[in-house]
Amino acid sequence: MSRALRHVTFILGLGITALLLLTAAVSLGYTPRDPLEMSMDARLQGPSEAHPLGTDQFGRDLLSRIMVGSETSILVGVIAVGIGMGAGVIFGVLSGYFGGWLDETFMRLMDAVQGFPAILSALLITAVFKPSVVISMVAIGVTFLPVFARLTRASFLELRDREFVVAARALGAGDGALIARHMLPNTVAPLIVQATISFPVAILAEAALSYLGLGTQPPHPSWGLMLREAQAFLGLSPWFAIFPGTAIALTVLGFNLLGDGLRDLLDPKMTS
Amino acid sequence: MAATLLFVSLLVFVVVRVLPGDPAILMLGIDASPETVARLRASMGLDRPLPVQYVEWIGGAIRGNLGRSIQYDVPVAGLIVSRLSVTLPLTLMAAALMVFAAIPLGVYAATRHRRLGDYLTMTLSQLGIAVPAFWAGLLLVLLFSVRLGWFASGGFDGWGQGVGGALKSLLLPAIALGLFQFAVLARTTRSAVLEVLREEYVKTARAKGLSERLVLFRHALRNAMIPVLTVAGVQLGQLMAGSIILESVFYLPGLGRLALGAITSRDLPVVQGVVLFVASVIVVINAAVDVLYGLLDPRIRYE
Repeated sequence: MSRALRHVTFILGLGITALLLLTAAVSLGYTPRDPLEMSMDARLQGPSEAHPLGTDQFGRDLLSRIMVGSETSILVGVIAVGIGMGAGVIFGVLSGYFGGWLDETFMRLMDAVQGFPAILSALLITAVFKPSVVISMVAIGVTFLPVFARLTRASFLELRDREFVVAARALGAGDGALIARHMLPNTVAPLIVQATISFPVAILAEAALSYLGLGTQPPHPSWGLMLREAQAFLGLSPWFAIFPGTAIALTVLGFNLLGDGLRDLLDPKMTS
Repeated sequence: MAATLLFVSLLVFVVVRVLPGDPAILMLGIDASPETVARLRASMGLDRPLPVQYVEWIGGAIRGNLGRSIQYDVPVAGLIVSRLSVTLPLTLMAAALMVFAAIPLGVYAATRHRRLGDYLTMTLSQLGIAVPAFWAGLLLVLLFSVRLGWFASGGFDGWGQGVGGALKSLLLPAIALGLFQFAVLARTTRSAVLEVLREEYVKTARAKGLSERLVLFRHALRNAMIPVLTVAGVQLGQLMAGSIILESVFYLPGLGRLALGAITSRDLPVVQGVVLFVASVIVVINAAVDVLYGLLDPRIRYE
């Protein structure tokens, strides 16, 4: 533990991440002002005592909106990574356990899915369905599918011939029991590391999709959406574009540092 | 790769033609008269069984026929080609900036391992990875257009107005687009060089009394570049997808704006064509990188 406390990257990442989670938690019950309340007299103001981070084009309090926006980011991050991991693990288990043509087919499918960064899936899906935060979750989640599938598959290929698995099979364990009780628990660690890497990527992607109008819809606050609105007023009110972007960058930085620090601490041999 | 491309086309087809139920109603809206819907269905071939539709669509796509745009009433393939004159140079410019900035910086950081230069480079790359590209674009506009007035805040007059002017309007977007991948590539380069510097043959070269310069450039870099180039190759596809976002920040008439506009006007053939095209390009690049990796590193052989 003392080693962890001396690790600058880890501490910095932990601090920023804790701040974000705290902000999101507080915003559930309290914001300085109503994030949806408009005030035509207070449009596009810079930072002041009444509005520490200024106001947007409808006079809504930016601090409150950024606070509530943190919920959106976290929620989309968690669900998108959950979708990618859940579906990826299923593909990876089937590929790695059964092998053969199933494996070959799934891996080519994963190659194809890699051709669809979040922005392309989102374009495609919003062409057919109305843009919404759910679509951005799915579009972002899909992009994580291949990496989780490949990780799980690699673990399963390695585990398949290990003694404890062979022994369990010899004792009469069925496919289901082998996978769920003996093999899956041994693949959890790399999956968790990958999840910490994917989470900030999801937050960036959500911001980009909302910015393009393919994600969270107004009037609900989302950091990317706020930047979309701010763009029209860049000359009038630069603060409006600066604060939400800072929130995104700080959040992503925090999670990246935390992830790097964790990997360093968990695996002292890795020095990159 | 053929199988992968087949899956790409199937994914696009399923999302656009199968999931929505009736694409004709989707495009025309629910108020459209049944006759209009029927006419569109017939002209797009939507009245035939799905497998037939798929085979016709993909057969056309292979021959370069991606259907007709509803909004512009011209072939989709032609639209894509014309918009590529913005997206492709933007992507390549970002890639060039990324490679020429990231590789020297990564090498520099590796040679200064655990010293100030290394820490500064790594801090810079952490920031590059954290800053969303479109926000970087907005900040560049804020600084160089709104404050300093050196650049236009967006727009593109085309290549007919002179190459210099066109390149100038692509410069800020290319910087914003390349920033993230630059940061990733600098980190990759650094760890690749660090790894190679620990190898026995580098120790041997040093033991022979070669200068550190010669060790680095003659022995270490050549091998370190193998993983770096493959990562850069994969990043090329990512840059192309990312340009869709930057085109919106800078109002550039490229593929991304074409697709976004097509979504607003429910021009399904255009969205379908653009997505199929970009996804296929990415898949082909990834496959080419795999092959290249095998060629560059004789230790890697595919069965």
